[in-house]
Amino acid sequence: MTIYSEQQAKAILDKAIQASKADGCTASLGGSNNGNIRYALNSVSTSGLVSECDLAVEVSFGKRTGTATTNRFDDASIEAVVRRAEELARLAPENPEFMPPIDKQSYRASPTFNANSAAVTPQYRASVAAACIEPCRKDKLTAAGFFSDGHSFTATANSKGNFGYQQSSGMDFTCTVRTDDGKGSGWVARNLADVAQFDAKSEIRTAIDKAKRSVDARALEPGKYTVIMEPAATAGLISFMMFNFDARQADEGRSFLSKKGGGNKLGEKLFDERVTMIADPWDPAAAVLPWDQSGLARERTTLIDKGKINYLHYSRYWAQKQGKKAVGQPGNLIMLGGDKSTADLVKSTKKGVLVTRTWYIRMVDPQTVLLTGLTRDGTFYIEDGEIKYPIKNFRFNESPAIMLNNIEEIGKPVRVGDDESPFVMLIPPMKIRDFTFTSLSDAV
Amino acid sequence: MDRRDFLKLTGVGLGGLMLPAFAGRVIAAEELLSTLDVATKKKLADVALQAAKAAGAKYCDVRIGRYLRQFVITREDKVQNIVNTESTGIGIRVIAKGTWGFAATNELTADAVAKAAREAVAIAKANSVVQSKPVELAPVKGVGEVSWATPIVKNSMSVPIKDKVDLLLGVNADALKAGASFVNSMMFLINEQKYFASTDGSYIDQDVHRIWVPMNVTAVDQKSGKFRTRDGLSTPCGMGYEYLDGRKEDKVELPCGVTVYGNSYDMREDAIAAARQAKEKLVAPSVKPGKYDLVLDPSHTWLTIHESVGHPTELDRVLGYEANYAGTSFATLDKWKSKNFRWGSDKVTIYADKIAKGTLGAVGYDDEGVKTQQWDLIKDGILVNYQVIRDQAHILGLKASQGCCYADSWSSVQFQRMANVSLAPGKDKLAPAEMVKGIENGIYIVGDGSFSIDQQRYNAQFGGQLFFEIKNGKVTGPIEDVAYQIRTPEFWNSCAAVCDASDFRYGGSFFDGKGQPGQVSAVSHGSSTAHFTGVNVINTARSLG
Repeated sequence: MTIYSEQQAKAILDKAIQASKADGCTASLGGSNNGNIRYALNSVSTSGLVSECDLAVEVSFGKRTGTATTNRFDDASIEAVVRRAEELARLAPENPEFMPPIDKQSYRASPTFNANSAAVTPQYRASVAAACIEPCRKDKLTAAGFFSDGHSFTATANSKGNFGYQQSSGMDFTCTVRTDDGKGSGWVARNLADVAQFDAKSEIRTAIDKAKRSVDARALEPGKYTVIMEPAATAGLISFMMFNFDARQADEGRSFLSKKGGGNKLGEKLFDERVTMIADPWDPAAAVLPWDQSGLARERTTLIDKGKINYLHYSRYWAQKQGKKAVGQPGNLIMLGGDKSTADLVKSTKKGVLVTRTWYIRMVDPQTVLLTGLTRDGTFYIEDGEIKYPIKNFRFNESPAIMLNNIEEIGKPVRVGDDESPFVMLIPPMKIRDFTFTSLSDAV
Repeated sequence: MDRRDFLKLTGVGLGGLMLPAFAGRVIAAEELLSTLDVATKKKLADVALQAAKAAGAKYCDVRIGRYLRQFVITREDKVQNIVNTESTGIGIRVIAKGTWGFAATNELTADAVAKAAREAVAIAKANSVVQSKPVELAPVKGVGEVSWATPIVKNSMSVPIKDKVDLLLGVNADALKAGASFVNSMMFLINEQKYFASTDGSYIDQDVHRIWVPMNVTAVDQKSGKFRTRDGLSTPCGMGYEYLDGRKEDKVELPCGVTVYGNSYDMREDAIAAARQAKEKLVAPSVKPGKYDLVLDPSHTWLTIHESVGHPTELDRVLGYEANYAGTSFATLDKWKSKNFRWGSDKVTIYADKIAKGTLGAVGYDDEGVKTQQWDLIKDGILVNYQVIRDQAHILGLKASQGCCYADSWSSVQFQRMANVSLAPGKDKLAPAEMVKGIENGIYIVGDGSFSIDQQRYNAQFGGQLFFEIKNGKVTGPIEDVAYQIRTPEFWNSCAAVCDASDFRYGGSFFDGKGQPGQVSAVSHGSSTAHFTGVNVINTARSLG
């Protein structure tokens, strides 16, 4: 068990801070219990439980810093880790961009902890796997999936008297169902704060249905199409774009948010006015810690306001240099939308393509955030408001900065997890015109 | 370390395939030179093997690992971070009731190790309830007590931090002086001290070293609002610090005027070239989309081989074990069984190995005690084999594993990972300059860039670092905004020629990701310059208005 109480965590951090003889000291303690079960070919392949807990101590002498970590918390080990950090700091070269420990912050607790998700048992994990495998076995389908759950705590303190402590928990589920003849493939994903809201038996029906319906896909010519993107299909693109919301990169002229002639595009309208994106650590559907990795308190921030760039991240160093206020970097992305479901968006579509999932998204040109990737596990042609037939997967070359100018309709946001994104996201399904597919893929 | 942490650490996207787990305690530099005593490791391993057998395991293997990493990260005139980490522990894998079980601990005492062994057996027994078929292990003859070490000349861990910082800051200064607007340079050093023991009677002590020195140079034209980057042309490799010697005999000047590197790398020289070329990219004409012949330098081709041959010939993907995440493979067993599936033209022979000197994949034995080797995957264009581990060999009717098992930590379960996969050089004498002479309308591509491939490895798209137009047998000048799209078998069947062995060079991936939870591995891919005909090239320039 590596989940320390607030009192226990504070005692450990205080010992570290007090042991330090450096000019500044920041100590962080984090621990987690992460469980998972993986299955493929209708059989469990691996399952595991990993418990970890680490204390990291960063100290500074002038502009020299050193960091050391330990997973032992007796007095002697805490003393030793502080001495080691100090030793490294003395050896380190001066960093001209050094920033001292942050001032005391005021953290308002956010609802990142859910008791149900912190109490998942091996039996429950096995039941998730069974709920997916059993109906597939009966239906000549093959399931491959992964369910993971985690319970963690994070605590931070520094020599200026700052302190924060909070627990988090949640779950993530993905499952791919393939027809035994290899001609059809469907996928479902669910990312939730509360495992009690999760019903594997019901979720798996989505993947099963898509697998069966995607058999014998027809080929459409690549080109520009109206697409209905399920939330998981755009999450990766939007997340990629948000990595570029950095003031320094923009000011240095190497971002799509750089301004010709110098400066950045803060305040400029770059997207359709229906695009509003906020970061809110306290949103109960997508809660994140009320501080970022540097310990700065997060605020509820409108990142994109009716299509206008309303926020760029200023690191502490860059904020100081530019005379700006540094605030905590967002941990979640909440895109506002309406009430319609993906199915509703399909109903209102004359001709279009339904995209379940996008895959292997990579930057092609950072100048325009041009991204490439492919559709996967359920791509369908829509006509007169109905899914008509499955179509072969496409490769796309599209910029989210262009995509968010081509919006026809926005649906109701849902919580989405993404393997390659650090953000907790609430993303709506979207109908987008002129989405650029550049080639066909034979992959099922 | 997740993707965002890494980007934060480096301040720039690197285009690596996946980013490393950043586990482990931070240690002082001098500790990077110490090793664990072999006799102590053997004693602990025997405790685990005996405890597992006593608890009912039919088979057990033990990996005692000490994983050392040193990262030095700089931009312009600043050292952003220096990190030394160590992670030590033991991972125990067993077969009981025909089922795998695994447990790991960082506590290296006899009691803790015996307890972990018993836990592994208990997990195997519990999981056996849902096991459809018992595990079938290809036999391995025990090798007794042996050792293997990467043949390095200079242990990178023994080079003082100051020398490393001086080199990187010197590189940055050179790039800035040559006109770069910004430059990031990094040094990643890895030493895996791995001890393997199994109930087969093997006790294998290995000392594995790897090095990577990525660099990214940016040129900004504020007036036009345009910026371009050029990554360094180094390759990650299984060498010591001697890789940074930049020996004259390891430099190759290509017909497109770019200098590339073989067994050693001149980072300062490359930084100057990168700055100049990044500026040239700002004004280079944009490519006209269409069909082109491509001349691919090995600094580029490695990634195309990795994605379109390396991954689809991994047997676990073919069978469906990776269906939910990395995907499956178009190279299904029926294609292999037919013995006539034409993957490429008769110029295409692609082999796998875990033995080539200086490569990332080279080890004496894999992480289940199998002696490493070399074998063909594609012979004269025909699919002839896959990459397998011990519990897969029987599926192909093989009597032994090829040695493709790897875990990225003592605490991770070992599984099938890619061997080095390389395109064999052409048999006839042919140099890149001669190759270019025969091309009417082509593009010469140097360095790896953007990459993306579907989940069955059919449709891929690749960019690069530098592109040059070829017209009527001559390189005319740099062009920009190039990406090519392929369908794997068509692409390899369009291979018209591969230069001879004198042009053979390696590229590679330091952080290749696979599995859930994800693990990283490092792998090299060699080739000589190769010519492909009629490849679909798109223009990637867009306007944001």
